[in-house]
Amino acid sequence: MYTKDGNSYFIVDSHVHIWDGRASNLKNIHGKQFIDCFYDYHRNLSPEEEVWDYDLYTYYGGERLMRDLFVDGYVDHAIFQATLLSDFYVNEFGQTEEAFGLAQRHPDKLTYNHAYDPRYGEAGLEQLRRDADRMKLQGVKLYTAEWHGDSRGYKLDEHWSRRYLEECIELGIKNIHVHKGPTIRPLDRDAFDVADIDKVATDYLELNFIVEHCGLPRLEDFCWIATQESNVYGGLAVAIPFIHTRPRYFAQVIGELLYWIGEDKILFASDYALWTPRWLIERFVDFQIPEDMTEYAPITSDQKRKILGLNAAALYDIEVPAELRLPVPGQDTVEVAAGAKEAVPL
Amino acid sequence: MTATAVSLQAEIIAALATVTDPELDQPITELGFVRSVAIEDDGVTVHLRLPTAFCSPNFAYLMASDALDALRSVDDIGQVRVLLDDHHDSGKINAGLAANAGYTGTFGSEVDDSLDELRTTFLRKAHTAAMERVVTTLLNRGMVQADAIYRLTLRDLPAGREKAALLRRRFALGLSTCPNGRVIVDDEGHALDPQAAPMRLRFARSVRISMEGNAHFCRGLLATRYNDHGTTTTQFTNTRTRGPQ
Repeated sequence: MYTKDGNSYFIVDSHVHIWDGRASNLKNIHGKQFIDCFYDYHRNLSPEEEVWDYDLYTYYGGERLMRDLFVDGYVDHAIFQATLLSDFYVNEFGQTEEAFGLAQRHPDKLTYNHAYDPRYGEAGLEQLRRDADRMKLQGVKLYTAEWHGDSRGYKLDEHWSRRYLEECIELGIKNIHVHKGPTIRPLDRDAFDVADIDKVATDYLELNFIVEHCGLPRLEDFCWIATQESNVYGGLAVAIPFIHTRPRYFAQVIGELLYWIGEDKILFASDYALWTPRWLIERFVDFQIPEDMTEYAPITSDQKRKILGLNAAALYDIEVPAELRLPVPGQDTVEVAAGAKEAVPL
Repeated sequence: MTATAVSLQAEIIAALATVTDPELDQPITELGFVRSVAIEDDGVTVHLRLPTAFCSPNFAYLMASDALDALRSVDDIGQVRVLLDDHHDSGKINAGLAANAGYTGTFGSEVDDSLDELRTTFLRKAHTAAMERVVTTLLNRGMVQADAIYRLTLRDLPAGREKAALLRRRFALGLSTCPNGRVIVDDEGHALDPQAAPMRLRFARSVRISMEGNAHFCRGLLATRYNDHGTTTTQFTNTRTRGPQ
């Protein structure tokens, strides 16, 4: 919980990791390139006093995570998102057992989301059933651009992907987090393309699709599909650190998201340890749309409450103390975004 | 340095400045993507660099091959070599460029198709963003009312950088640049009715913000990666003692 100026906020960090990018875990040059790329994101977008040294950044472990999130970071609940990258790392990039073990020891504070890859076909489906049973999965994190054998990524609406999504419905996995990101080899099309989410969101209304990084760098395409679908959400990971380096740009991004997808469908995320949550939360609570940007309405404290925690708490059935909830309506009735209303007649 | 050498260097920069990052719609020279230019007896070697090792290889290939094409149009340049540094697919892309293999030749079975469709998608985004900039400028200056934007024609736009940019994008897409042409058009260049125009403008704003955001990311990451605090200086060397054969 974070309190400022008499307002208290329940905080859910919807995207955190424990990773191992140390030299001992690198399978090839791509593993090194990947962790270095992460470190550049961290160095480039963090305030100077929040920058870690490289060795700590490559591996920090569970104890450090608990401190950065729950002792120093105001976070009430955090959700692990798996990033396996087994083609780059000996023992995977995201540390499944360490993160899952931590979540088992602190079920009130941590939720573990696992990953699957539909290109493993029938065997992968069987594995998903076992994982769902062992890990009591509520959500999964998918990396559609991941390299796998000769395949340089897949689309969510392909046959096998649909089989897996249908299995998720059977297994009670309702939150599908999707990372849209660069491929390791070319696709003729745009690897960031979010059009496949549009198709599966329409077909599987039982599922929620959370587009990580709110579709950046294709914000406009994401906003457009999100207006058409009631079950598409945007995660703020990677977008929110701009609050420090380019606050006016951040104002436009959050202004666009509020306009197009609305305050009930935006989720706070630090992407820890890409960034640490404390400074992001402090600055977001202090943040306001600059006065000269008259095209956007000011952000209210209630909107910030939803974004910082209440929206994700609703998706994951996380218990929110009564004094931190919003008076109804708000949590159960989804407000239709202004942009969605206008877009419908077209 | 002789006058010829100075002018060759200027011509090389001018040629490279015509190459844009399709995602950002900005010249690679301004983005700092041109790491070095070496003018040698037999020709020119240009090294390109990108913000991350994982920048999409299709865009990386487009920029590198566009640079090769642009440089080959410079008189008396000799052999042109373009190399992409520090990318996860540098080896493959550089071999493909040296052999003039084209995109499909370079990546073989990894791709099914040329990059034409991808290029068109991003030309359209660039056009949409340029259209938003000119109309928003007019709205902010009170030179047009919100309910009349659908009627704006190209001749209504004040001369300047934003108008020139819009005309360039329209030309690139094969859309009309006639002064009587409507400013707010769809991707195919069709005029929009009074009801649809404001929505088109609203959507165009998110396209513009998205592209500008990508540019912030790319410039920031490039500066961090190469530790050069945002300078975009290209390193030039000239060892040419005689003209290429």
